[in-house]
Amino acid sequence: MTVLNLVIFLPLAGTLALLVLPRLGERAAGAFWITVTALDLALVLVLWATYGGGMDHETRVRWIPSVNASYHVGVDGLSLPMLALTSLLFLVCAVYSLGRGRAFAALFLFLQSVCLGLFSALDLLLFFVFFDLSIVGMYFVIAGWGHGDRLRSALKFFLYTFLGSLALLLGFIGLYLGSEPHTFDIVDLTAEPPLKDSPGTAALVLLAVGIGLAVKTPTVPVHTWLPPAHTDAPAAGSAILAGVLLKMGVYGMLRIAMPMLPEAWRRYAGVILVIGLVGAVYGALVALAQENVKRMIAYTSVSHMGYIVLGLGAAGMAGDAAAHRLAVAGGVTQMVSHGLLTGALFLLSGVFYDRAGAYDMGRYGGIARNAPVFAGLTAIAAFGAFGLPGLSGFIAEFQIFTGTIGGGGTATAVAGALALPGILLTAALFLRMLHRTMLGGPGPDTGRVTDLRAAETTAVVPLLALSLLIGIAPRFLLDVIEPASAVLVSLVSR
Amino acid sequence: MMRENPADLLPELLFLGAAVCGLVAGLWLPRDRQRIVAAVCAAGLAGALAATALAARGPEMTAFEAFALDPVTHAVRAVVAVSALLVLGLAGPLRGHPRETELYVLVLLASLGSVMMAAASDLLVLMAAYLLASIPGYALAGFAKDARGTEAALKYFLMGALLGISMLTGMTMLYGAGRGTAYPVLADGLAAAPGGVVAAGTVALLAGLLFKAGAVPAQYWVPDVTEGAPPVVAAFVTTVPKIGGLAAVFRLASEVLDRTAADWRVLVAVLAAATMTLGNLAAFGQDNVRRLLAYSTVSQAGYLLVPVVVAGDSGLAEPALLFYLAAYAVTNLGAFAVVIAWGADDLTGYTGLARRAPWLALSLVVCLLGLIGTPPTAVFVGKLLVFGAALDGGYAWLAVVMAVNTVASVFYYLRWVVPLYRARSPFPRTPHRTATSLAITAAGLSLALGVASGAALAL
Repeated sequence: MTVLNLVIFLPLAGTLALLVLPRLGERAAGAFWITVTALDLALVLVLWATYGGGMDHETRVRWIPSVNASYHVGVDGLSLPMLALTSLLFLVCAVYSLGRGRAFAALFLFLQSVCLGLFSALDLLLFFVFFDLSIVGMYFVIAGWGHGDRLRSALKFFLYTFLGSLALLLGFIGLYLGSEPHTFDIVDLTAEPPLKDSPGTAALVLLAVGIGLAVKTPTVPVHTWLPPAHTDAPAAGSAILAGVLLKMGVYGMLRIAMPMLPEAWRRYAGVILVIGLVGAVYGALVALAQENVKRMIAYTSVSHMGYIVLGLGAAGMAGDAAAHRLAVAGGVTQMVSHGLLTGALFLLSGVFYDRAGAYDMGRYGGIARNAPVFAGLTAIAAFGAFGLPGLSGFIAEFQIFTGTIGGGGTATAVAGALALPGILLTAALFLRMLHRTMLGGPGPDTGRVTDLRAAETTAVVPLLALSLLIGIAPRFLLDVIEPASAVLVSLVSR
Repeated sequence: MMRENPADLLPELLFLGAAVCGLVAGLWLPRDRQRIVAAVCAAGLAGALAATALAARGPEMTAFEAFALDPVTHAVRAVVAVSALLVLGLAGPLRGHPRETELYVLVLLASLGSVMMAAASDLLVLMAAYLLASIPGYALAGFAKDARGTEAALKYFLMGALLGISMLTGMTMLYGAGRGTAYPVLADGLAAAPGGVVAAGTVALLAGLLFKAGAVPAQYWVPDVTEGAPPVVAAFVTTVPKIGGLAAVFRLASEVLDRTAADWRVLVAVLAAATMTLGNLAAFGQDNVRRLLAYSTVSQAGYLLVPVVVAGDSGLAEPALLFYLAAYAVTNLGAFAVVIAWGADDLTGYTGLARRAPWLALSLVVCLLGLIGTPPTAVFVGKLLVFGAALDGGYAWLAVVMAVNTVASVFYYLRWVVPLYRARSPFPRTPHRTATSLAITAAGLSLALGVASGAALAL
């Protein structure tokens, strides 16, 4: 049992333990949940410390030999940051959700195994298994512990993303049938890109894979499942949905679509660039019009994911390889940064609901007076989310924009310039939110908002601290990401 | 040289022997000790399973010039034996019934018919197998002797008789055109025959087989029988005859029709698309779980017809069909096992099941997600292979129709999952013990078959 397998399956073992030990009390279950996730995070740090570059910590076991599918996992510079982010977010969710009960803990541990498995999968079928299970797990989180119109939102989430996942599956089968010999192995398919001689089929396969990943990311126009799912999910569920699950779409583009269909990716890079641009600006515009705090953050996620797609599209256009590397590295950094900051924002917005049962900005105001810690942490997270220098969001967005605008082509430069106002809009909407909730005169529900409890503070502070660390000293992260982005750019340009 | 070794048909003989011994024993046993018959039948099935495992190691051949002994036959033998074993176990609520023995014997005989349908490589044997698989089914449908059971049995019987005649007509036409009834002879004869006759004969013949499979346009009996017959019978008739019917269609397609001029692939593709769509649409509005499951089995028959469309064109078609059949049988029986264990027919009757019987609820969730095709359950691997076969055979549109249908099916399966986790059950029931453990077993099997699909496909 290598460390990586232990990382993936330790939470699942925790789920089983919670299921078969029904005598465990609610408090003990919470403590157990925190212990398992903390142990898992420690194991990921071991993984990081012993990472030797390239594809490392690989395990390959035959699974369905008749279709050449195997249990193949490993980590590289793209997956390592995601594994670390995933285990950190699950740990803080465990701390935040203390007292939620045994079933909730079991479900979250299951979901953690699924997410970690997805980010280390090196087999398309294995990737798909985890991709689909993440939908099932999140469905139960929303349907079981959400609020408001949770069943409807959960169903919408399930149907939408499940449709996407089936499109993805058809694309994967297309890749399988296009390879010679037929295989589902990601490493083999990356080394020997399939469908080189049939550009028409390659375009169709990219379309199928692209639809599947776009729904999950989500990009405009297939983002409409996201706001209701976020609004009605419990705070920890929203944090995981935004912080981890949304990354699966972009991660799939980095891991599967770009290296396996390089020629098709380059041919349609312009389309991808435009989709990213529209998402970035449209998401910010719609977010500006929201009254509901959680819906607003959900739409900023659409916008933030748009920047990543923009950068990945730019990496497929003709131009300077160094700029492309920067755009891709910026995209990966943005994945981490968005996970930290939006995760923190969703946990903090959960406080509104916990105290007063409403997310409407109009019901609050002047919270900073009776809940200074809450207001302060929300302000830091909001500043980070619109890219203030000193926090991780700036590092990410700076790289994306430099890589996109500096690529040498007119199209990328124009697209980058058009996307820049998105940042201004995001700044405006976050400042507006701070004004209406934290500052100014008190609203009808302000009196009910008490300051953060110890568990809530303990959960949010590490996320913001890490964002600050990346904002000030990003080398430790970029040293892992940059080699991987260089490899990816060379794979796309072949 | 013709091979006539009765030992080649040992599994079938064990099915028959167990049925006969069970019937004789049942004549003498007192009413409250008829479970001995179940033990006899189960022993016969276990023997058949073991004999199949041994036979599967042998080379492919044809016995008595009418029974093909190949992977299709072996797989169907094994799946039917396991399914029948599960059904015998699920008969628990009928224990002590005056006609308990008859239930077991009829189940065994219908199972035998199903296996023979899959193995038949001669039209006349296929017809005999069709009757053997159907007639015990009619009696089973009316087992409870109540109004709804009688209506179901009558509907089942009339439809089966009508389409059986149609099947016989089709066979006559193919015999006339192909100058033989054995598949190898027919394949040669029909390749040179005029397309019109072949097409007409094929359509008429397919009608009977689609009736067994519960596919459009012969699906009308499925919901009525599933709702009207006792639940254990419903579990049986929506699973086992379907296996035989689909395997028979597949064999006919790959061994006889493959080389004919008739455009049968398009016909089957359209029927498959119609079956899955109609089953799914009809399942949307159902509040009775047995009717819901009935329409779900119709839609599953549609998915199962897809490998038939590409039979002979794609190497994936045969493993896809066989694996999907096994996965479907286990998962469908698991869902019915939950219905039998809990005893409620209404969707509302399942409110709060998770509190009262958490493992039963979990099994139901696994089975329903399995029927959707969520990994890592067995049906997912089956669907994957079916998708692969369809794309490989050039039927991309059918794969897309299937994907859209799968998404649509999520809606009604989730309608059943949602109430399970509602607050508290207003229905004070105790789940049936054996049926509960069988439901858990089936759900576990469905998961295990999915995770260990590599090993299963290697067989």
